[in-house]
Formats: sequence, structure tokens, C-alpha cells
Amino acid sequence: MTQTQFRTALLTPDAPVPAGVIGPTGQSSAKRFNVYRNNVTTGLCRALADNFPAIRSLVGSEFFQAMAVEFVRACPPNSPLMAGYGLALPDFLAQFPPTQSLGYLPDVARLELAIRQSYHAGDHDPKAGARLGTLDEARLMQTRLRLAPSFRLLISDWPVLDIWNAALSGGPKPRHQAQSVIVARPAFDPMPHLLPTGAEAFLQALIDMATIGQAIAAHPDTDVLAVLTLLATTGSISEVMS
Amino acid sequence: MFDAAPNHLPPAPGVGYKPQHFQALISDAAPVRWLEIHAENYMGHGGRPLAQLRHLAERFPISVHGVALSIGGEADLDTDHLTRLKTLCDWLNPASFSEHLAWSTHDGAFLNDLLPLPYTVQTLTRVVDHIDQVQTVLGRKMLLENPSTYVAFAETSYDEVDFLTEIARRSGCGLLLDVNNVHVSCINNARDPVDYLNRFPMNAVGEIHLGGHDEDRDENGASLLIDAHGSPVTVSVWALYRQTLSLSGPRPTLIEWDNDVPDWPLLRAEAERAAGIIEAMA
Amino acid sequence: MSIQLKSVAVAGALAAALSAHFVLPAAAEGDMEKCFGVALAGQNDCAAGAGTTCAGTSKVDYQGNSWKLVPAGTCMTMELPEGRMGSLEALERDIPKA
Repeated sequence: MTQTQFRTALLTPDAPVPAGVIGPTGQSSAKRFNVYRNNVTTGLCRALADNFPAIRSLVGSEFFQAMAVEFVRACPPNSPLMAGYGLALPDFLAQFPPTQSLGYLPDVARLELAIRQSYHAGDHDPKAGARLGTLDEARLMQTRLRLAPSFRLLISDWPVLDIWNAALSGGPKPRHQAQSVIVARPAFDPMPHLLPTGAEAFLQALIDMATIGQAIAAHPDTDVLAVLTLLATTGSISEVMS
Repeated sequence: MFDAAPNHLPPAPGVGYKPQHFQALISDAAPVRWLEIHAENYMGHGGRPLAQLRHLAERFPISVHGVALSIGGEADLDTDHLTRLKTLCDWLNPASFSEHLAWSTHDGAFLNDLLPLPYTVQTLTRVVDHIDQVQTVLGRKMLLENPSTYVAFAETSYDEVDFLTEIARRSGCGLLLDVNNVHVSCINNARDPVDYLNRFPMNAVGEIHLGGHDEDRDENGASLLIDAHGSPVTVSVWALYRQTLSLSGPRPTLIEWDNDVPDWPLLRAEAERAAGIIEAMA
Repeated sequence: MSIQLKSVAVAGALAAALSAHFVLPAAAEGDMEKCFGVALAGQNDCAAGAGTTCAGTSKVDYQGNSWKLVPAGTCMTMELPEGRMGSLEALERDIPKA
């Protein structure tokens, strides 16, 4: 018996018990081997369900469980850190036939991943952004921002934040509009916030370490005050470099 | 090579820490004496998990219990994971570090379960090499836990107690004796758990685990016990615990309750029951 | 620097907005024990995601049941127009024939 044989049989439900794996009387026992099959499959399915509560709510628990079985066999984790399991789920949802037509699901899954990554990211001073309010116009234009390790940006063509809210807290029915979302963590609880419309490229320039002045020059139609206020007041900024 | 004392946990009950018990634990005037955490839940970079742990570590000795190192794996140990363990242990300086006689990762896939090993010369050599690597990297002695098993292997040539004894002798590691696992594995493999305990190298035992199991039957009607950690410790396991203490003397004893986690008072009551047994034996 | 910067005169308004915000006590600082914000019923440790156990499960549940593969959650009530809706009708076209 090699671990390759054992592993393959674990993830293949109709495969026979590997040769040499036996019960107390020396004979092979499917029921005993199936305890491991069950532990592996249900353990990973449970981890996936814990990590994607909005997706589970959107497709229903029963469907989620059946889909999770397919997912864990196709994409077992490649890391032992279960809080990160499911990086491959957005792409899986996009090509899995029963969910293919729910075009918004992958971005909802990406938002759930972003929130989870934010939760476990490194700490920063959530009040670091306050310094932005102390700079005169000239200094402000030459300033660069370092965003917090817990900051995430998700650009979406879907009303992803409204769908996430509706799925988890019974928020209002989403209207069809593109929503880009930032995730920020002022203390311990990451919160998603709507990014002002059309601000994605400006924010991406700041993330890429452009000065505020350079970002405005490149993306002059952005509501700069709204974006900077949002970043500073949500704990998105870890350092104001001027 | 390493500190002779396998750990610095008090010879009293502790519990597996669950975040839902944080408030109860810090406001309880007489909580348990120590806590155990699963290493893999504290490998993020910050946020609430590490903040809670830092806070708890000021009040409680902490045992770091790894569940994913795959010490019995056929492949080399995952050095990234070993580095994460070292980072956690260097930061926390825990009272103890332990892992399992099992494997969980193969061909790059982590299977999230403690999978069984054939007890052969080949496995013995590999496990001892891996423990040596872990102890060298962490710079501390570790404890190795006896597993719950549901199958055996035709190629096995060692009895489990002899196997663990030899691993401890060759690697210098200590042992974590999970009494529930002794019961589960002995019943599942038609062995006598009292005989298992009588032969166990108690001088190497740095920690004891207690937990609940579920009962099932295989297709031939034989008992099949499942190590489920979702219910109170059973009467038969409490009896084996008394037997263990009569052989080992007082030892740090963990109540493990990982599924259907109860409210704090019930978990605390299980720990107090263990405390009563330790005190009665002393 | 040769880039001609467009003046948006944002500094004054930003200073006003931030001074109003940061005069408030810092929210949630040290809230180690509480779960709020994205804390949701049934989630373990708030947004922490899946943790580990060293336990098994006795519920035998590893068999797939692909005949049930039709989403049936709140996606049914999403009203997104133009082939982007989550309705059961829209889905059935994509369900593989058993």
C-alpha cells in the first residue's frame, strides 16, 4: 500500500479498498475504509461551507453540499490552512454547468475570499489615514499612500456588494449595476464598502504607488475627495507618505 | 540534545481552546489551568486570532498541537509549513508542542484528516527522521500522539505500543497519550486497551488527551468506534484514564471537544471531572 | 516633475471630513471577544473561516448526489435582467441530462 494508492481511493468514491488495508480479522472492510473517505470529504466540504456562507445561502445548503463534494474531489486543498481553502472556487463556479448561468457567483465568492484574507492579514494603525487631513494642497498632491495588509479591492461587473448583503443579512434585492468593493479592517472585523463609481483606475494607481497628484492627472474624472475620505475613514491606509 | 522535560504544562486539566469561549475563559474566576490550540488556526499574520492568543498566553500556559504536519508522510516534510510552525512557536514560546503519528498531505494535496500508517521498519525510519527534523528546526522537544485508527495494514510488523516506544527511544521525542484513541483503536482492531496501557512507556508521556467518540458497526457487525470529539468522555474512557494515571502518576490532561462545541460550563465540568480523578489518585 | 497636475482643491474639504471623523472615539478597538460587522449566525469565529479539528465524523456522507444539482437558495429571488437572473427557468438549460 502506498500513500498514492490510499489517496486516490479516498477521493474516488467507487474505487475498491486498496489492497492490504484490512480489518481486525485480516479481511478487507469497505465500511472501515469509508470512515476515512467520509472524514476527508465531509471535513473539506464543511471547511468550504464555513468559508463561503454567502454562496451557500445563494445556492441553498443542499445544492452547496452536493457541489462541494464535486469541488473537493476536483480541487483538494494544496495548503493545510483551512481558512484559505477555496481559492479555486470562483473559477470552478464559472465553469460548473449548474452554476454557469449565475454569472455573479464567482465575484461573490471572490468577495468572501477577500473578507477572509483581510481577517487574517497583518495589523496596522487604523488611524494612520488621519494624516491626510493635515496636509496642504501641494503636499497632498505629492503624497503616496501605503494601503493596509488587510485592504482588498474587488472590481466587479455585478452588484456584488448588494448580492452579498442580500444573501447574508436579507438586504434589499440587488438592482443591476456594477459595484466595485473595497474591504478594510479597522480593528478585527473586515468590512466591505462600495467604491465610488468610476474610481477603480484612480485607486489602482494609488495602490501602484503613484502620488495622489499623478493619479488625479491620469484619472481626472474621479471623485477624489470621496475616495480619499473613504480610504482614510475605513482604516484602509497604513501609511501616509509625504 | 533537547531539554529533558518534554513540556511545562501543569499536571492538571486543560481544554482545547475555542474562540466562542474567549469571554467565558477570561471572566471565569477559576478556569482551567492551561489551554491547547491547533497550530494551523494561528498561522495568519494578525487580526483577532493572534490578538486573542496573545491575551490568553498572558494568563494560561499554552500547548501548541499541530494537526497538519503529516509526520508520517512518504514525501519530505513541507518546509513552508515547518517554517510557519517555527514562527508560531518562536513568537508564543508555548509550554508544549505536539503532533500526530499520521499523514495528511500527499502529492501536494492536503486531505484534512489524520490518516493511518503501516507499522514497518520503513515507516519507523521515516517518522524518526521527520521528528528529528522538526525538533531541530523548532529547537524544542516534541510530543507524538498515538492515533485513532479504523483499518490496519497487512504489511504491519510492529505492535503500536512497541512502535511508539521505539520512535520515542530513537528520536528522543516524548509521547502524547490519547486515552480515547487507545480505546477507539483497540476496540476497532480487536485488542485489549488495558494491556495496551500496561505496556505503554508512561515515563515518556508528557500529556494525556480525553475526548468523546461515536459508536458504529462494520459490515460484519463488529464494533467500529469513531473518534468524533463531539460528545462527553465515555464511561469506558474515564475508566481507562484512571488506569493510566495509576501507571503514570498525575499528567497534564486535555479535554478535546472539537465538534458540536458545548457552552463553557459543560466543557469546564468535564475538566473538573478529570481534576477530581487526578486529585483522588494523588 | 513635468506632469501638469490638475488642481482639484481637495485638501481643505478632506481636512474637514477627516477631522469630523477622527474626533470620534476609535471604533471597535480592542474588541477581541466580540463579533460584529461581518459576524454572521453559524459562522465560527466571525470571519475567520474554517478551522481545524483532529476529530472525525460518524456521518457517512461522502457519496455525491448529482441528481440534486439545482441551486435552490436565495439566488432564486435575485432579479437581475437579461439572462443574468438567477431564476430556476434560466438554470434548467444548463443542467446536464442524467
